[in-house]
Amino acid sequence: MEIRSNEFKERSVFAIHDANLQTALGRAHYGFVGKRALQVAELPEFEQLREEAKNLKNHVLDNLDHYLARYEQAVTAAGGRVHWARDAAEAREIILGICKRVGARTVTKGKSMVSEEIDLNDALIEHGMEVVETDLGEYIIQLAHEPPSHIIAPAVHKTKDQVSDLFEAAHGGPRKTQIPELVDEARRVLRDKYFRADVGITGGNFLVAETGSSIIVTNEGNGDLTQTLAKVHIITSGIERVVPTLDDATLFLRLLARSATGQETETYTTISTGPRRADDLDGPEEYHVVLVDNGRSKMLAGRFRDMLRCIRCGACMNHCPVYGAVGGHAYGWVYPGPMGSVLTPLIKGLDAAYDLPNACTLNGRCQSVCPVKIPLPELLRELRHLQHQQNITPVMQKRALGVWRFVATRPKLYHALEQLAARALSALSRRGRIRRLPLAGGWTDSRDLPAPPGRTFLELWQGKRGQK
Amino acid sequence: MSARENANENARAAILQSVRDALRRGPLDATQVAALDARVPRHTRPAHDEDLVARFMRKFESRAGTVEHVASRDAVPAAVEAYRLAHRLPQRAAVGAALKDLAWPEGWLIHHEAAGITEALAVSPALCGIAEIGSLMLASGPDSPTTHNFVPDDHVVVLETARIVDHFEDAWTELRARPQGMPRATNIISGPSRTADVEQTIQLGAHGPRRVHVILVG
Repeated sequence: MEIRSNEFKERSVFAIHDANLQTALGRAHYGFVGKRALQVAELPEFEQLREEAKNLKNHVLDNLDHYLARYEQAVTAAGGRVHWARDAAEAREIILGICKRVGARTVTKGKSMVSEEIDLNDALIEHGMEVVETDLGEYIIQLAHEPPSHIIAPAVHKTKDQVSDLFEAAHGGPRKTQIPELVDEARRVLRDKYFRADVGITGGNFLVAETGSSIIVTNEGNGDLTQTLAKVHIITSGIERVVPTLDDATLFLRLLARSATGQETETYTTISTGPRRADDLDGPEEYHVVLVDNGRSKMLAGRFRDMLRCIRCGACMNHCPVYGAVGGHAYGWVYPGPMGSVLTPLIKGLDAAYDLPNACTLNGRCQSVCPVKIPLPELLRELRHLQHQQNITPVMQKRALGVWRFVATRPKLYHALEQLAARALSALSRRGRIRRLPLAGGWTDSRDLPAPPGRTFLELWQGKRGQK
Repeated sequence: MSARENANENARAAILQSVRDALRRGPLDATQVAALDARVPRHTRPAHDEDLVARFMRKFESRAGTVEHVASRDAVPAAVEAYRLAHRLPQRAAVGAALKDLAWPEGWLIHHEAAGITEALAVSPALCGIAEIGSLMLASGPDSPTTHNFVPDDHVVVLETARIVDHFEDAWTELRARPQGMPRATNIISGPSRTADVEQTIQLGAHGPRRVHVILVG
C-alpha cells in the first residue's frame, strides 16, 4: 500500500472524531489489556520467559547467517524450496512467478503482515488473479478496500453494523445483523474458495532451522485450510523469524498468545514441513518459502537491531495511549502503534514518516509489556535524534530546541526563567486551576491544568532543607 | 543454471553478505559452526504439580472442547455413535486409516480418504496430548489426513491416556522419535475453531470444526 504516514496529524484528528472508530477502539483496548493481564498473572514464569526470549533472539541475530543457511538446507531436504528477496519488488516478482507458472486463477491467503508490507495483493490482482483473504478480519477489510488497522486484529476498527453492510453489499441480502450469522456467512462463502484455490499464501510466525518447518498460529483454522487445500503453498516471512530448534520455538509459543490476544494458546499451532509426501492423501504439491529482507539486514547493523526481536504480537499497540486514541489507520502504513512507529521510518525512510516517532509520550508501557523486551521508547527517541541530525526536523522545532539548549546549559538563566514562569502561571490561575494560557490555546481549549504553587521546585526544596 | 535460479543465488549471496556486514564479521569458521550445531536449548518450562490427565482435560474443556473417557479402544465406535446421535449427524464419517480396524457400526458409510467439502464428521487418531496447555497433537499422513482436522463441522479425536505428555518439549520428542521423521503437517489443536474479529466477541466455528470432542482411551 501507498505510504501516507506523513498525514499522521490530519488522520489523527479525523480518527478522534470518528464515533464508530472510538467505540471499536474502546472495546478492543479493554479486551486485550485485561485478558493479557489475567494470563500473565496465571504464569509465574512469565518474566523469566521474557528475559530468555530476549536472549534467544539476540543469539539468533548474532548468528543469523548460520541459522538461515541451516534452515534453507532443512527446507530443501524436506522437498521445499527457499527463495530470497532483497526487497518488496523482488518478493512480489518471485511470488508472481510461481503463481503464473502454475496458472493460478484463485489465490487464498492466510493473514500475513509481510504480504501487506510487500504490497502483494495488488500485484496479483493486476495479473488477473482472484485474491481472497481468509482470516475473517482480513476478509472484512478486503471487502472495505482498507488496510489492516492492527497487526493481529485487522478489522478491530469496524463495528458489527459496518460488517453487516459490507457483507450485504458483497454477498447480497438478506442483511445479517447477528455475529453468529455474519461468521457463518463468511464461513460459507470462503469454504468454496479454499477448495478452488490454486495457490495458498500464509505468513510464518517462526521458521525452524532444525526441521525446515514454518509455524503459524491461528484461532480460525483459515491458515490451515488455505495451505492444505491449495495445490501450492507459499510462505512469506522476514529473515529474522528463524529460530534454531523446535524447543526454541516453544519459548515464543508460550509468550505469543498470552501477549497478543490474552489467550493461554491460540486454537491452532501448525508446523508445516515440505510438500505432500508420496503416500499423503492431502496437502500441497509444492512448498515455497520467500525470505524477505526489505531493510532488515541493514537494521541489524546498529542501534535498531533490538527491533528485529519483534514477534508481531501487538501488545505494544494494545497498551499504547496514542494508538488507543487514534487507531491504526492514522499511522498511514502497514505497521501501526509503537512497533510501527519504529519500523515504518526504518523501512520506508525517515522523511516518509516524520510524525510517527514523535507521536509518543515516552510513557514506556509498550516496553513493559513487550514479550522480547524491545526498548521501544529508546528507539523512538533515537529516531528523533536521527531526524534532527538529518535535518528532517521542522525549522520552528529546531529553533525552539536551540533556544532550549541555550537556556538549559546556563543554570543561572534557567533558574531565573523558571522562577518567572512559576510566578506567571500562578498569577494566571483562578481557584486553583489554569483554564486559559496565552499561545497554548490548543492545549487549554480541551482541558485545564492544576495551578502551580508560585515557587519553583528548587525554591521549595531549599526551603525544606533550611527548616531542618 | 536458469535465469531465475541465478537471480535467487544472487539475492541469497547479497542478503547473507549484508547480514555479515551488519554483524561486522565474515562467515563463521568450522569451530564456531560446530559449536552452534551442538547447542542444546534449555528454556524454562512452566511448573505445575497436577496429574497430567486431569490437567489435559481441565485445560481442553476450558476452551469449549469436550472430553470423555472410555476403558478401551474397542469402546471407541460406540462412543462415536453416541456423539453422532447427540448431534444428529448422518451415519457417515471420514475416519483416519489408523482406526480402520475398529468395529464400526453396521450401516455406517466410512471412508479413509481426504475430507471433501460436504464432510460432516471426522474421527482422527492423536499422536499425543500436551498437558501443559491441554492440547492435542496430530501428525499428518495416510493414517490421518490433515483435511479431517479442519473441514468437517464435527471432529472426534481418539487419544490414549498413556500418550499425554507434560510439556511441548516432550511432544517434540515424540515427533523426533517417529521412524518416518517430521510429518508434513503437525497440528496442535486446542479446541474448536474460533474468531473474535467482529467486535471482539468470541464466536466458535469460524472456518474449522464447530465442535472438537476427545475420546480418551485407557
